[in-house]
Amino acid sequence: MNKPQKKDVFYWFLYFALPLIILIIWESFDRAGKLKPYTMPSLEKLFDTTVEYAKNGQLLTNIGVSVSLVLEGFFLALVTALIIGMLVSLFPKFDTFTDLIIQILKPIPPIAWIPLAILWFGIGQESKIFIIFIGAVFPVFLNTVDGVKTIDKKYFELAKVYEIPKSELIKNIIIPGALPSIMTGIRLGVGNAWVSVVAAEMIGATKGVGYMLSNGRSLSRPDIVILGMLLVGVFGKIMDDILRLLRKKVITWL
Amino acid sequence: MAKLNYNDNFYEPSDELIAVNDLNFKGEEPIVEGEELIAIENVDLEYTGKTGDIKALENINFNIFPGEFVCVLGPSGCGKSTLLKILAGFIQPTSGSVKLDGEEIKGTDWHRGVVFQNPPLYEWFSVRDNVAFGPKMRGIPKEKYIPLTDEYLAKVGLSEFSDKKIYELSGGMKQRVSIARALINDPEILLMDEPFGALDALTRENVQDLTRKIWWDTGKTIFFITHDVEEALLLASRIIVLSKHPGRVIEDIRVNFSRQIVEDCAEDIKFTPEFYKYREKLLKLINSQPQR
Ligand SMILES: Nc1ncnc2c1ncn2[C@@H]1O[C@H](COP(=O)(O)OP(=O)(O)OP(=O)(O)O)[C@@H](O)[C@H]1O
Ligand SMILES: [Mg+2]
Repeated sequence: MNKPQKKDVFYWFLYFALPLIILIIWESFDRAGKLKPYTMPSLEKLFDTTVEYAKNGQLLTNIGVSVSLVLEGFFLALVTALIIGMLVSLFPKFDTFTDLIIQILKPIPPIAWIPLAILWFGIGQESKIFIIFIGAVFPVFLNTVDGVKTIDKKYFELAKVYEIPKSELIKNIIIPGALPSIMTGIRLGVGNAWVSVVAAEMIGATKGVGYMLSNGRSLSRPDIVILGMLLVGVFGKIMDDILRLLRKKVITWL
Repeated sequence: MAKLNYNDNFYEPSDELIAVNDLNFKGEEPIVEGEELIAIENVDLEYTGKTGDIKALENINFNIFPGEFVCVLGPSGCGKSTLLKILAGFIQPTSGSVKLDGEEIKGTDWHRGVVFQNPPLYEWFSVRDNVAFGPKMRGIPKEKYIPLTDEYLAKVGLSEFSDKKIYELSGGMKQRVSIARALINDPEILLMDEPFGALDALTRENVQDLTRKIWWDTGKTIFFITHDVEEALLLASRIIVLSKHPGRVIEDIRVNFSRQIVEDCAEDIKFTPEFYKYREKLLKLINSQPQR
């Protein structure tokens, strides 16, 4: 999977070179007087705003709100997707029973659910959790089903030989066999959940990183917008890194 | 005792084949030695496919006796794997019957251990857990299956590798794990479908020796499919040749090379004229099949 690449000085130089180049270009545009404060902030301004937000606690509050929403919505989605995914994989009749609805709901993007979510739950936390749930549930569900489906049939034939009960089959073969795919689904699901929370918060919220974006725009403060975007990007990456590590910890056999 | 009436479906040898018939081929006479372990009677198998039905096996009749090492030879697609799957209980014959100890084989169970070409080892388990899986699932208590696992790991020479993951093993080692995993259930017959087909020559020889030794030491009955004539001669106590499309038994002979290798340590037996003659004869039989 991951090619073992030697992480020497050159590697790290290369790794940080592009961001550095972008910063240098940014700074030189500023020095040349090409940046207008209401469309693009200077690096200095961005830095000051960051410090300001960090000091007055808004940085932590906004991230905290978004992250905890993602966690709540995602775990709800995870449990639902795993249960339904297993039922669909194990019982063909249940698969047929649910297939059409799932196929129709699947292409509807989480943002398209926002109007309905607001009508149903108002602009509070519940509507956001609902949107996140919608965003996360499908990737986990689809990858669970796919993971079970792609388990080598011989594994089942072999298990049949020992006449093992269904519960043992699930524990010893289906779950570990589908786990790599489920982990992929979890990563995609968390990614989707994060995207969904930002979208939901941009449309109706008083806190959160999405709120920072829409608030920055209405204040004509590109520095706040960009800070918000950076937070979305950085925290998205951190979450993905954590999940990648988790995958390595959990799946020791590939 | 089942009727031994497979003479009537024998392929009539052509003149060319009769020329090498001075070897002590015993194919024409039924092999009888006590109670049979497996009785295959009038077995036909037809696959129903999209492009019409395929007759894979036709009128298969033979018995397998305890302690035999039966090798099945035949051209690709002649139904060897199909026959093994029937014995394993993965599929049922279209007509005819297959009995183990006098009882019809209805489905899979651990009385018949199966070893495939690409053994489906559970990647998420260690070598040890793969071998222990059968007894564990059959509810054998821990204090019994742990020493048993050690014993079988030692038998296939994998004691040192017991805690390795499957992806850390070579092809030959994987094959040995799957042999140990089948043997640990103490099956009445070990069914092997071209188990060594994917291995390099040296590794192959190595696992062949191991298999022969296990057969000799344990007295297990082995049903072994291969398309390699030499492999069959080096391992078998009896060789069955299937014809092309549909598969029918066209030869059924006793061979003694495997026994000689263990008893007399005759390791270079495959360079003897006797071996060579058998090899030629079988090759001719497989390659010169009448088009039907
Ligand atoms: N599941 C199936 N459905 C339909 N036809 C099948 C099926 N499995 C095998 N066949 C056909 O039955 C015939 C015998 O197949 P089988 O796999 O038993 O051959 P084989 O002797 O094991 O060949 P090889 O040496 O290549 O492994 C072939 O013509 C094959 O196409
Ligand atoms: Mg085959």
